[in-house]
Amino acid sequence: MFELIAPFFHDLYDKTGLNFNIFYDRYEYDRFLSGAVISLKLMFGAILLSLVIGILGAWAQGVGSRVLRGAINAYIQAFRNTPPMIQLLFFYFGLGAFTPQVDMGGYTEPLVSAFAWAMIALGIFGGAYNVEIFRSGLEAVPRPTLEASESLCLSKWQTYRHVTLPLAFRICLPSLTSNLISLAKTTSLAYVISVPEMTYVLNQVWSDTINVPEMMLILFVFYVAVVALLGAGLHFLERKLALPGFGR
Amino acid sequence: MLSLISTMEGNVPRSWTPGMPIVSLRDVRKFYGSLEVLKGISLDVRKGEVICIIGPSGSGKSTLIRCINGLNGIQHGSIRVEGLEVNDPKLDVLALRRKVGIVFQQYNLFPHKTALENVMLAPLLVLKEPRRQVEERARELISKVKLQGKENSYPGELSGGQQQRVAIARSLAMCPDVMLFDEVTAALDPETVKEVLVTIKQLASEGMTCILVTHEMGFAREVADHVYFTDGGVIVEHGPPSELFNDAKDPRTRRFLSQVL
Ligand SMILES: Nc1ncnc2c1ncn2[C@@H]1O[C@H](COP(=O)(O)OP(=O)(O)O)[C@@H](O)[C@H]1O
Ligand SMILES: [Mg+2]
Repeated sequence: MFELIAPFFHDLYDKTGLNFNIFYDRYEYDRFLSGAVISLKLMFGAILLSLVIGILGAWAQGVGSRVLRGAINAYIQAFRNTPPMIQLLFFYFGLGAFTPQVDMGGYTEPLVSAFAWAMIALGIFGGAYNVEIFRSGLEAVPRPTLEASESLCLSKWQTYRHVTLPLAFRICLPSLTSNLISLAKTTSLAYVISVPEMTYVLNQVWSDTINVPEMMLILFVFYVAVVALLGAGLHFLERKLALPGFGR
Repeated sequence: MLSLISTMEGNVPRSWTPGMPIVSLRDVRKFYGSLEVLKGISLDVRKGEVICIIGPSGSGKSTLIRCINGLNGIQHGSIRVEGLEVNDPKLDVLALRRKVGIVFQQYNLFPHKTALENVMLAPLLVLKEPRRQVEERARELISKVKLQGKENSYPGELSGGQQQRVAIARSLAMCPDVMLFDEVTAALDPETVKEVLVTIKQLASEGMTCILVTHEMGFAREVADHVYFTDGGVIVEHGPPSELFNDAKDPRTRRFLSQVL
């Protein structure tokens, strides 16, 4: 790949002065690739964690004790009403100060890396919205449909698994899509705790080579492409699960 | 009768024999908070009998139906279905619901399942019968309610009358001994009412025990063995349809009938 595009971008730089060095300089190219991979991993990890939190939280809000429900509500309020950047700083510098260091043979590393903190913080941030999204989905399943299921002798769990969840998921999928897309974009904030993801890496590149406009363009294109892909995937799921005469 | 109930232990239907009423209500009282909705209902339904419950809206007909399969609890009295006491904290509610099928006014089909899947779901999950056998019976039931060709349609693609017939087939798939119908034609267009009534009539003629809440007086007169008129949570009057419709004793019954007939 690199060998294929490098001559073109080198040529472009020579002729026009447009410096896309990440596409012809091997060192910068590797930096760029690792930034892309870390960004994608971070998005994937944060989304996955936020989904797990959302499902567990919504479920606990339905069946849990008053104390548990109160705690979940406090969590939702806290994380929806503070800026995600502050949350990242809080986790990394606030909690990070208390996590032990591990001896790596000669040097020490924090037990929880900046990347892991970013994933945790963003997962928890996105999860706060997902709890509400899943809960509203669960609540929107018509009570009479569940009574029909009960009347057919399905157990509580069978009703949950075969009736409640499939319907709730369809109901909340549009709001879920927009939250996950927003979460994917928010991963760029991880650069404030020095996670070498795309924003951080390109920032380094343009500081080194003073090619800010070119790298800005790349940054834009990267997020547009990733978010478009994620959105397309989720919208495909929406269409696939759409039911004639049900919902919008 | 009352002493039998109070000495009954758990769910053991030992006091019931096929000669006795299949459904038996004694002095059933039901409260929503402080509002008394059923004020001492007693009635018996024998095997193969079709009874209709008529009465003004708000008189507690739906509540009564829902109490019979345990969707609503009662505060006083006794409801027994083949000897299973519904008003028993130790009741095996699944065992009760295996005996009782219910069809609702709003169909309440599973919108994410096709007609065939709607009919198959409970037998697969609850009766745990082999898939082939379940599917075979489901297809038979679908054609019994005259919906051949609609097996793979989703509820949203069916008319109200068709959905209601799927709901009937779905209930029948569990092989209930008693069917409850709560105003199952009330939400339908006039032209589709008939197709649902025909289905129920066929069921009744095959010997299914049916308890029907209905506003279709002509239908009640035709299929019912016994008609109950309820008002304000009590049974005001009951009797064979010929008597109740032609020769009602109570002025409330007469007033209601004059409004709906
Ligand atoms: N879940 C409920 N909570 C409180 N009141 C109810 C509830 N369901 C029904 N009721 C009341 O009980 C009475 C009987 O209702 P219902 O059984 O639906 O009557 P019907 O089916 O004869 O129209 C009505 O006054 C109604 O308002
Ligand atoms: Mg009603």
